[in-house]
Amino acid sequence: MSRSEIRVGGLGGQGVILCGTIIGKAASIYDHKHSGMIQSFGPEARGSSCSAQVILSDEVIGYPYVRNLDVLVAMSNDACHKFLPELKKDGVLLYEEELVSFPEGTRPAKAWGIPATRFAEELGRKLVLNIVMVGFFAGVTGLVSRQAAEAAVRDSVPAGTEGLNLKAFARGYEYGRELVGGAA
Amino acid sequence: MKASPEGVLTGVHFMDGDHAACEGAIAAGCRFVAGYPITPSTEVVERFSVRIPTVGGMFIQMEDEIASSIAIQGAAWGGAKVMTVTSGPGLSLMMEHIGLAVMAEVPCVIVDVQRGGPSTGLPTLPAQADMMQVKWGSHGDYQIIALSPNSPQECFDLMIRAFNLSETWRCPVFMMMDEVVGHMVERVEIPPADQIEIVPRRWTTKKPSEYRAFEPGPDMVPDMAKAGDGYKLHITGLTHDERGYPAMNVPAQNRLVRRLSDKILKNRDKIVDVREDGCEDADIIVVSYGITSRVAGAAVEMARGLGLKVGSARMVVCWPFPDVEIARLSRKAKAIVVPELNLGQMVGEVERAACGDARVYLVDHAGGSVHEPERILETILQAARDAGLGFKTEAERS
Repeated sequence: MSRSEIRVGGLGGQGVILCGTIIGKAASIYDHKHSGMIQSFGPEARGSSCSAQVILSDEVIGYPYVRNLDVLVAMSNDACHKFLPELKKDGVLLYEEELVSFPEGTRPAKAWGIPATRFAEELGRKLVLNIVMVGFFAGVTGLVSRQAAEAAVRDSVPAGTEGLNLKAFARGYEYGRELVGGAA
Repeated sequence: MKASPEGVLTGVHFMDGDHAACEGAIAAGCRFVAGYPITPSTEVVERFSVRIPTVGGMFIQMEDEIASSIAIQGAAWGGAKVMTVTSGPGLSLMMEHIGLAVMAEVPCVIVDVQRGGPSTGLPTLPAQADMMQVKWGSHGDYQIIALSPNSPQECFDLMIRAFNLSETWRCPVFMMMDEVVGHMVERVEIPPADQIEIVPRRWTTKKPSEYRAFEPGPDMVPDMAKAGDGYKLHITGLTHDERGYPAMNVPAQNRLVRRLSDKILKNRDKIVDVREDGCEDADIIVVSYGITSRVAGAAVEMARGLGLKVGSARMVVCWPFPDVEIARLSRKAKAIVVPELNLGQMVGEVERAACGDARVYLVDHAGGSVHEPERILETILQAARDAGLGFKTEAERS
């Protein structure tokens, strides 16, 4: 059975949960896999660090929480260092490189950074940084197809903002593909 | 009859169990909800309050759960399909009126998105510790129906069944969700309205002069009349005769209370739903319900990988308790393992039904999360050792 465990972490207001939702939706509705998303729920979801756990699987998901984290998507320094200990040994870290820093020699081996907030600002709205991260996730990991992720972005964002959000997705996706040496 | 297309959100969605439960209620024809929002069930009424004005229904946010649980009963006698939604502390407040709904045979659905207790306990975290409360929480002898969904999809599907059961048997039907099922987001497929089977209200066909409000039909259930339609209705929590008038004597009590129980217990074959997998030749059977059944599934797979014959039986309906089914399984198996998110509730019923034919093991949990599959596996392996069954070790397997 192929099971991938993802955690998206960041600050309340960065669109962390929507980022996790789009990844899950892309997998379950458009890539026809099984997926489940559980958001952190409680005091921590209101203002400080918050996170979404997403499980992707070829089979029905039994245990719904993260146990053996394959991919950590970190949009803030706090979230990155809070959840890094649960990332498995050869797990992948995707991070907002202008918001996250590592003490000397602590950056994991498979870590890929992106200036997602700056990209979002260049596109005209800082708000779409989470969609840049969805694109980056799809581009680097390939765990959801580009087509599925774009479809999920399209029906998850407010009407009238699809164009901007798809541009944000493409920016993150292509940046990710280049980093890992694949064609965009 | 088929569901009214109005309000049925046909299509494929990525939504959580609370939202799916709300959509199930709307598809089932629920047009009145009174509630007092409480974590982790709030999203059900939040969505209902936004959705229901578009299909011609009503949501009232009441002053508390006591009021909610009686407002829905008024609306039911006014002709609406009704629901209230709560979690443990609110459920405790509803107990008196749940008894009234049983006694006056009011079709209603009560959603309990279970969280850790007692008292305010763990508002944002799961448990399955209200299983006995819904069965026994109100005073007196009675039977209710309780369903236990294990996914957002089932929150939709079973909600429709919950309404259908409440209309058929005229009793409170409980949707025993939990925080994880309520808040986890998954694929939910909502079929077209013409593929959703709906049980309408059992309206009487008798003339007002011939109608007796609590005269049972062949299935032991009386037909209803709408308040205001010219029928004489007297509805009381007191022991009553077939006209609905108080009759506080031993024969009337015997007749009424026995019928209220029997209409569920003697029709239990039409209600119970146990999903069995690999039980035919199993030595050990894991009996579970709700979210725990998903984690149990992972443990069963692990145990099969070690060469054990392990079956799984999931109680989709927990009340009435599937005692006939559990008794049959316990005659075939050597042991039954019962994981649940409480310190031992339904396991007592399993022991009662197994009647010593199979040894019963509880895998308890005080609540706040779900079991790690390894904990359930550990108990399966203990049961195997106690029964003298051989199995591979993890090392031999790898």
